[in-house]
Amino acid sequence: MSIDKSEVEKIAWLTRLAIDKEDIANYCNELTDIVNLMEQMNSVDTTDIAPLAHPINLFSRLRIDKVTETDQRENFQENTVETKDGYYLVPKVID
Amino acid sequence: MNKPTEWETVIGLEIHAQLATKSKIFSGASTIYGAKPNTQACAVDLGLPGVLPVINEQAILMAIKFGLAIGAEIPERSVFARKNYFYPDLPKGYQISQFELPIVSNGLIEIVIENKKKKIIKITRAHLEEDAGKSNHDQFNGCTGIDLNRAGNPLLEIVSEPDMNNAKEAISYLKKIHSLVRYLEICDGNMQEGSFRCDANVSVKPTQQKELGTRTEIKNLNSFKFIEAAINHEVERQINLIESGKIVTQETRLYDANKNETRSMRSKEEANDYRYFPDPDLLPVLITEEIKKIVRELIPELPDAKRMRYQNELGLSEYDSDNLTANPDIANYFETTMVANGDAKMCANWIMGDLSASLNKENINIKNSPVTAKMLGDMINLIKDKTISGKIAKIVFEAMWNKEGEAISIIENKDLKQVTDLSEIENLIDVIIAENTIQVKQYKNCPADKKQKFISFFIGQIMKKSKGKANPIQANELLKEKLNG
Repeated sequence: MSIDKSEVEKIAWLTRLAIDKEDIANYCNELTDIVNLMEQMNSVDTTDIAPLAHPINLFSRLRIDKVTETDQRENFQENTVETKDGYYLVPKVID
Repeated sequence: MNKPTEWETVIGLEIHAQLATKSKIFSGASTIYGAKPNTQACAVDLGLPGVLPVINEQAILMAIKFGLAIGAEIPERSVFARKNYFYPDLPKGYQISQFELPIVSNGLIEIVIENKKKKIIKITRAHLEEDAGKSNHDQFNGCTGIDLNRAGNPLLEIVSEPDMNNAKEAISYLKKIHSLVRYLEICDGNMQEGSFRCDANVSVKPTQQKELGTRTEIKNLNSFKFIEAAINHEVERQINLIESGKIVTQETRLYDANKNETRSMRSKEEANDYRYFPDPDLLPVLITEEIKKIVRELIPELPDAKRMRYQNELGLSEYDSDNLTANPDIANYFETTMVANGDAKMCANWIMGDLSASLNKENINIKNSPVTAKMLGDMINLIKDKTISGKIAKIVFEAMWNKEGEAISIIENKDLKQVTDLSEIENLIDVIIAENTIQVKQYKNCPADKKQKFISFFIGQIMKKSKGKANPIQANELLKEKLNG
């Protein structure tokens, strides 16, 4: 299986990554290699092996339902471009 | 010519119920509604580098409770996944949700449809996920304001099969789930605040056709009234499209309550590609039989069982039982009222009559009623032991509503005790007879079938003179004795 130019462009769009046009051919090759590795792994017979949702084969610890966080809005909003009345401002997203 | 096509509507619903936890599903930030923007959005909710989500135990227990209540399967292992998409109110660029191994699958709900028939609606799955933030498009002059307080609130997304065939069935199903989550105390059900929201998948097809038609998804539905209107409108739109030779496009549509119409939400062709995969930050959750056993014991009597008990054991009508059990707060109130006097029918009448009217008028929740269940129960007891009549009780009720005290003290203070002393009533009747000699004569000379009219007149006079305090049954008997004697 190989990854072509249109797929690279689609993945870039989905992940919102800006890529240079001249790099696309290279990405095609690299991603094709990765997918082929997956296919190689897929060819292994796993009939008797239970699926694993996580490489660490443990179960999650749970948290008690308690409010432990305090308001740190001021600190967090120092890292952003624009705020108003406590809101984060972004370019308008609806037409 | 061909017969006009008969259309069948097919509806599936996705309900988002916000779980009533104190803190968020993966962080210790508060979930209280209405806080100032972004004051309840912590580093985990913002998806800052280096943070790790930790699952809230209550959210898991509440989802299990729901699953058990609808007879669903709850797998031993439940897995969280990332659903990837970009939107400004989703800070991480993905939503933590569930894809494979959701916490609840294959449940059932029974609803009542037309002609009191019953219908089973299948619930495909219910999974846990985090809510996104809120976008404010109106207030910021060319910009969108983002409030991330809601980001990370725990949601249970309840997905039905496309088992409903008209808007009424959809509403019946929704109300059933709404009532259930409130009984289970896992969601406050507040639709205005968005704690209980719904998306509807709607399609139409010719009745004889097997395959489903192309569906649209209607979003932005936050009241039962709107949901019904939106579905009806969308069905009509789709039928019109097909009948005029056009096709239905699979898309998301937004309901506009002001215009009563749905409009396309995503104009650009932009197929969603969520690229779900298990969240590497979260290990699978283990749900043992012991946990399920503990949760099962926490499930209270549910609305269906309660409704049947009200009918079979308390002798209430279907109508009364439906009304009293739809909302757990009303059912609780009713049951407390009953403790004081044991008269189910009378309690039901007062709750659905005077109390409901007063609550509606002032838009008060029954939980905050100025007349408590105990107060009403005691008052009903005083009607039963004939201290007051049903009519006087209305005055007492109003006084209690206006916080003038409990029934017994109001009756004392206002001198409202029913006159049951026979000699007192006799005296009253004598006065009335003496004052109305003409009517007495007419009564005596008129044919038997006209006599009741005069009786009513005399009783009216007696009640007036006693200011409503004479016991009407005693007065009636004594009056007839005197007039006929």
